[in-house]
Amino acid sequence: MFRPLPRASGYFRTDYADEIALLQTRGERMSLAVFALVLVAVPFIASPFQLDLACQVLLASIGALSLMLLTGYAGQISLGHAGLIAAGAFTTGILAREINAPFWVTLPASALTGVVLGLIFGLPSLRLRGLYLAVSTLALHFIVIYLGGEYETKRGFSTGIMVEKPKIAGVALNDGRIWYFILLVFAAASLLICINLLRSRSGRAWRAIHAKETVAEALGISVAGYKLLAFVISSSMTCVAGSLFAYYRGFVSIEAFDLFLSIQYVAMIIIGGMGSLLGALLGAMFVTLFPYAIEALLKLLPNVQNLAGDIFAVNYASFGVVMILFLVLEPLGLVGIWRRIQNYFLLWPFKQKPLAGAGK
Amino acid sequence: MQLFVNIVVLASIYALIACGYVLIYRVSRVLNLAHGELMMLGAYAVLATASLFSGHPVMALVAAVVLSLVVGVLVYVFLMRKMTGEMVLAAILTTVALGILIRGIVVLVWSAQQQYPAQALGLPNPSLVLPGGGHISMWSAVLVGTNVFVYTALLGFLRFGRWGMRMRAAGQNPLLAAQRGINLHGVYALAWSLSTLTGALAGILMALDSGLTATMPVIGLKAFPAALVGGLDSLVGALVGALIVAAAEVLLIYYVDPLLSDVVPFLVLVAMLIVRPWGLFGTREELDRV
Repeated sequence: MFRPLPRASGYFRTDYADEIALLQTRGERMSLAVFALVLVAVPFIASPFQLDLACQVLLASIGALSLMLLTGYAGQISLGHAGLIAAGAFTTGILAREINAPFWVTLPASALTGVVLGLIFGLPSLRLRGLYLAVSTLALHFIVIYLGGEYETKRGFSTGIMVEKPKIAGVALNDGRIWYFILLVFAAASLLICINLLRSRSGRAWRAIHAKETVAEALGISVAGYKLLAFVISSSMTCVAGSLFAYYRGFVSIEAFDLFLSIQYVAMIIIGGMGSLLGALLGAMFVTLFPYAIEALLKLLPNVQNLAGDIFAVNYASFGVVMILFLVLEPLGLVGIWRRIQNYFLLWPFKQKPLAGAGK
Repeated sequence: MQLFVNIVVLASIYALIACGYVLIYRVSRVLNLAHGELMMLGAYAVLATASLFSGHPVMALVAAVVLSLVVGVLVYVFLMRKMTGEMVLAAILTTVALGILIRGIVVLVWSAQQQYPAQALGLPNPSLVLPGGGHISMWSAVLVGTNVFVYTALLGFLRFGRWGMRMRAAGQNPLLAAQRGINLHGVYALAWSLSTLTGALAGILMALDSGLTATMPVIGLKAFPAALVGGLDSLVGALVGALIVAAAEVLLIYYVDPLLSDVVPFLVLVAMLIVRPWGLFGTREELDRV
């Protein structure tokens, strides 16, 4: 993992187990334990509304992590993320509806759909780069959405598909708290998968491809293979997120997966900070909570009644403004801000002065 | 015959929008995904100017077109100028964010309901009968005519105009162009303003023909495949691409399934990306090939 500065004191590894350990110092272990405790405590403190927000953030962070893997590390631009989430959600919805499949069938099936779609989405990346790749994923997004819409109208679910909550040992999972923990486990697992993929051979290969494809090829990295691998892993994770989304909402409709959702996911990794898993998490939180924050702010204003109908438009416009501000003023995203704060306290009372041109 | 008329009208719409994508891409290598929204803004500007110049429809239309020209320059000066030299993704996303912003503002100012600028201006929209027996609404006919005019003017301007030549030079090699004393920022701003101008023309004429809602940018996005099929840096290509995409769309809707309407342009796009990613008339070396 990239660390901007060494820890405050020197820390030297003495054996290989230390090298491999995810958490290397006691401080890290302690802070993780505290953080985990806080996460576990959340559902017992939060109101149902806040719990729903937390669940949404967790869902979004799975999607954002997988997109970060693809775009932030492997450097493959994708504007079709909403199409993949839709594919996962629809696989689950269709299987649950048509053959009454339980969740332990639908989840792997969604992941499998993700693998297949990842291959399809990834194939153009073997020939195309940059803008053209973005456009091809955009086109695939529309095709997936069309297929979903076609299914809805042909089968007579024009308003959407109802999905029953999954049952474990005959008990339906209705409680918000249970869902929070399920999503928390899935999000934590995704994070762990991403971390481990990135610090192993595949992660190094992706970074090399991102930096310069020709050089990566010359180093003996199978560029085509690793590009496809990035697409496949990312899209199967995304489809699982879509499947969870279908169960959590209990309802799947194609309207929920428009282009705006794709843009929101890309915004998450941009606002969070490219090339950082922490950034994906922060971005997911920011983008998910943003509309609610705006709504809360609007409610503070006088004569709310006039604005009530326009909340959606205000949201839209302010989201655009925030995105522009981040792109222009803070290309490193929230993670950049976070690191600056961290460095400030680490170095206090001294100050860090980045060398000219060193601020990558 | 009617089918043919429909194809020509749709192709004109796509072509008029697509030339906006081409102009900006050709000159500055930026893909402007806010083009649909800028087009919609031009159309809504007519509503604003219609109330300002009530009774003078021509004045109102001219004012709206001039306004869109100014908007194009402003977008470049205040936003896209900062993105020159940034990553491809960052520049594209900036335009996406701009599009979201414009959409929000339009709904805030004009509400999301369907509007009819033609009525606001007091202009009729009679249906004309063509010699072969096809019907075409007056504003669609005007749109086809405008399209022909715009393309002739643009091609002539790029070929013979002083600034047109500068634009081509900047597109071919910005560094060299700048060293020969070409004002790059001026050229880019000109490209943006011309692009919004043509986009606004398309938006205004479509709105006069069939009314105006905040979903107009979808049409702008559907016109993008036309630009890419023809080759993102070729005006003639945009014309041909628009014809292909429009023909595919009209015929498939007519013979197969009306639901296909939103997806056909993108199917054509994917097919093109597989076969010939740089488009029919695009320059081959432009493309980053692996």
